[in-house]
Amino acid sequence: MTDYEAVIGIETHVELMTDSKMFCGCPVKFGEPPNTTTCPVCLGLPGALPVPNSEAIEGILQIGTALGCQVADTSFFHRKNYFYPDLPKNYQISQYDVPICHDGEIQVEVDGEDTKIGITRVHMEEDTGKSIHVGGGGRIHDAEYSLLDFNRSGVPLVEIVTEPDIRSAEQARAYGAELQRIVRTLGVSDARLEEGSMRFDANVSIRPAGAAELGTRAEVKNVNSLRSLQRAVAFEIHRQIELVESGGVVVQETRHWNEDSGKTTSMRSKEESEDYRYFQEPDLVPIEVSAAWRDAVREALPELPAARRARYQGLGVDARVAAVLVGSEDAIGDLFEGAMNAGGDGRLIGNWLSGEAVAWSRAEEVAIGDTPLVPAHLVELAEMVGDSTLSASAAKQVLAGVLAGEGTPGEVAESRDLIQISDSSVIEAEVDAVLAGHADAVASIQAGDNKPFGFLVGQVMRATGGKADPKQVSDLIRAKTGG
Amino acid sequence: MSDPADLTIAAAGAKLRSGELSSVDLTEAVLERARMSESHLHAYLTLDQTGAREKATAADAALAAGDDRGPLHGIPIALKDNMCTKGIETTASSQILAGWIPPYDATVVSRLQAAGSVLVGKTNLDEFAMGSSTENSAYGATRNPWNTDTVPGGSSGGSAAAVATGSALAALGSDTGGSIRQPAALCGVVGVKPTYGLVSRYGLIAFASSLDQIGPFTRSVEDSAVLLEAIAGHDIHDATSIRGEIPNFRGSLHHGVAGLKIGVIKELSGPEIDPEVRTSVSKMHDALADAGAEVTEVSLPSCEYGLSAYYLIAPAECSANLARFDGVRFGLRSEGATTEEMMAATRAEGFGPEVIRRILLGTYALSAGYYDAFYGQAQRVRTLIRQQFAAAYEGVDVLVAPTSPTTAFEIGAKTDDPIAMYYADVCTIPINLTGDPGASIPIGLDSADLPIGYQVMAPSLGEERMFQVAQAVEDIANFTARAPLATSEVVSP
Repeated sequence: MTDYEAVIGIETHVELMTDSKMFCGCPVKFGEPPNTTTCPVCLGLPGALPVPNSEAIEGILQIGTALGCQVADTSFFHRKNYFYPDLPKNYQISQYDVPICHDGEIQVEVDGEDTKIGITRVHMEEDTGKSIHVGGGGRIHDAEYSLLDFNRSGVPLVEIVTEPDIRSAEQARAYGAELQRIVRTLGVSDARLEEGSMRFDANVSIRPAGAAELGTRAEVKNVNSLRSLQRAVAFEIHRQIELVESGGVVVQETRHWNEDSGKTTSMRSKEESEDYRYFQEPDLVPIEVSAAWRDAVREALPELPAARRARYQGLGVDARVAAVLVGSEDAIGDLFEGAMNAGGDGRLIGNWLSGEAVAWSRAEEVAIGDTPLVPAHLVELAEMVGDSTLSASAAKQVLAGVLAGEGTPGEVAESRDLIQISDSSVIEAEVDAVLAGHADAVASIQAGDNKPFGFLVGQVMRATGGKADPKQVSDLIRAKTGG
Repeated sequence: MSDPADLTIAAAGAKLRSGELSSVDLTEAVLERARMSESHLHAYLTLDQTGAREKATAADAALAAGDDRGPLHGIPIALKDNMCTKGIETTASSQILAGWIPPYDATVVSRLQAAGSVLVGKTNLDEFAMGSSTENSAYGATRNPWNTDTVPGGSSGGSAAAVATGSALAALGSDTGGSIRQPAALCGVVGVKPTYGLVSRYGLIAFASSLDQIGPFTRSVEDSAVLLEAIAGHDIHDATSIRGEIPNFRGSLHHGVAGLKIGVIKELSGPEIDPEVRTSVSKMHDALADAGAEVTEVSLPSCEYGLSAYYLIAPAECSANLARFDGVRFGLRSEGATTEEMMAATRAEGFGPEVIRRILLGTYALSAGYYDAFYGQAQRVRTLIRQQFAAAYEGVDVLVAPTSPTTAFEIGAKTDDPIAMYYADVCTIPINLTGDPGASIPIGLDSADLPIGYQVMAPSLGEERMFQVAQAVEDIANFTARAPLATSEVVSP
């Protein structure tokens, strides 16, 4: 049986949250009543003309720069011609042979292995309106009627295209997640997949492992979450391998991912695909980006996720933990940043947030951002461990209490009675009592068999309700048994 | 001339301010002229009598109150029906836009209103400005007021005929390949295509975006300069609109041509030009030389390819510009079993044959595998023409040529031969490709009493110099003849 290698490239569309649309003054707002944020320009009325929004150009420059792209001094808008009811002019203003940004890269990590994903281009275009097909299967062909909402028409859209550098569904997901983090860090878009402000199309092909030539690719659309990106790509790789193994041939086509069935189905083949007849948009002049503008964007970039992860590792945080802290949930990262600014212990607090806090949040189905937990709590908790007021395991219980709204770490430790016993004579008395009650175990240890040692420590901890310092207990038992 | 409808803007303005005439008088005279001539001409698609009277009354009141908006205050002006007017039907002479009432005003319309002018109505054109005779209108052809068996030229034939007749003192047209200058020549009025980007295209229903430019029709060179001053200038709604101060186009109007270098375009002086037109134009060259200009012949060999390049670039752009007429959101909607069939049926029914021809040509020229040989090549030719004109202007101040190779031709003479019709624009197309300004000035009549136009072209933003030479041409020609339809003796109510 042949070994296959998957070759994947991803096209991502990101809607920019600018004040106004790409080519007119209409506000970019979501959830407004249909067709209320429109004007002659974004409705494509006869005679209307587009005027580019410099805030959108600034946004794409930020994305391109964050992805390490080259910025073109001069780039052009083109018209992409196709007929569809939610495209008011029946052409989309986009970019073609000279995009505003090109040749960048993103580094992603899967199972400890770093991979560079090349960014071919980042270009600017306008979004279409929204079609709602009523009746039938929810597609235009069999709908009873269709409704059109042009509020989204003309919203600035950035398209980010990768090189075919992705080799697995896991990498595809890691790329999507990292791109989402970068876009959110820049603050140019909320990049919500489920709401469509960030959308992925994956080009998937397979080839015999080691082959130099690319296989025929299928483009998978309608991927609405990072999880479905991974699932859709995995399905498509599997489908193509099965097809080829059974003597079939992969055809170039567009395939629709169905979340419920977990399958991709054919939408249209290459034969039916359209000739977009691109030509330079005569209503617009070329986009000129001065060196000064380019430099200003670069200098104003915020700390990007990769740099932030590296900084956290410098604070003693484990790489895996750093990845969680710089993950997609802002609240965790913000709590960590706040605690670090207040001088908290990075390793301890990082572990709590990425471990116990995340686990608690999942179990209780409460977002961490919705709990009373603040950075000062984390700092306090770390200090309590540092000065032996709390044992490490007690600290985790206290954290759960704080998340549950029981009070500050001090209050929770108090009310849950978790403060370590600091009086060594009390602990020694408990040790003596346990040793007296387990003479057999003591004898074994004295005979050189150390197995019961842990058992004895456990008995003392139990007797003290977990409030003894386990190290102190071990030391005492060792001294008294010679173990 | 006692009828106010025959006044120039300048003369009418003087009478309005001296109190000799009111805007209401002027407007009534123009509407009366329209009432007498329209059944013969069909210059207008919409005559807004009520609106015009209201605006004239308001203009008189404003002037009486000391609110003088300048030279266009109270002046009745017509608009080509491809410029959007809020609340007034705008069709571009197409069935596909029948009944469409724009929710907004084109920038030129707002500017004319701010200048206190009176909108008389919307004039006929070749559908979507595609044509050279105004015969391609879904609402019927316009006729030439000099001889109603002939065409007024096109595509702004309605505007040209209205100004020639006196059913407006001035009008705006749009010029993509000669659509202002050629009908101005055929109707014996002044027509100006400004530098591309000088006048905002916002609200002009696009034919070919990189070529379209709005400009004036008037009965004098000075009036054209006045009207252009009112509509020119940067507009935030048009990304191709030129920034910077608009000069006073009349600054050198009466400075004459002594010492100016005038280049006669060799390639537009040959046998392709009708002999009577050639003779008349040639006499004007000589007269300008007599007036002190240095007149030389200039060769621009790329001119020969202008027509071919134009008939690839303009259709390519129009194939996209007209894609929005699909029956989905406005205008005509035909029945179809699917969305695609509805769109196809709407477009097949709503567009006339010339529009369909150009959409097909343009779609083909942009298609994968053909783009480079057609559209790409045409763009290279366009660049070459630009370079040759720019080089020519190193040696001369203005270039001159006939405006049209012939005078007005008979209705129907070229409708079955698109190539012959396209050829009517051979003298005007080159500077649409370069983006430079050009004016047509009437200089005389041929043996059939049809007007002959003389074209003066200048480098980009050289309007002041262009008007200076145009004024000299007007002074020399002393063209005082009026179209028969503009005189009450001939017109029977």
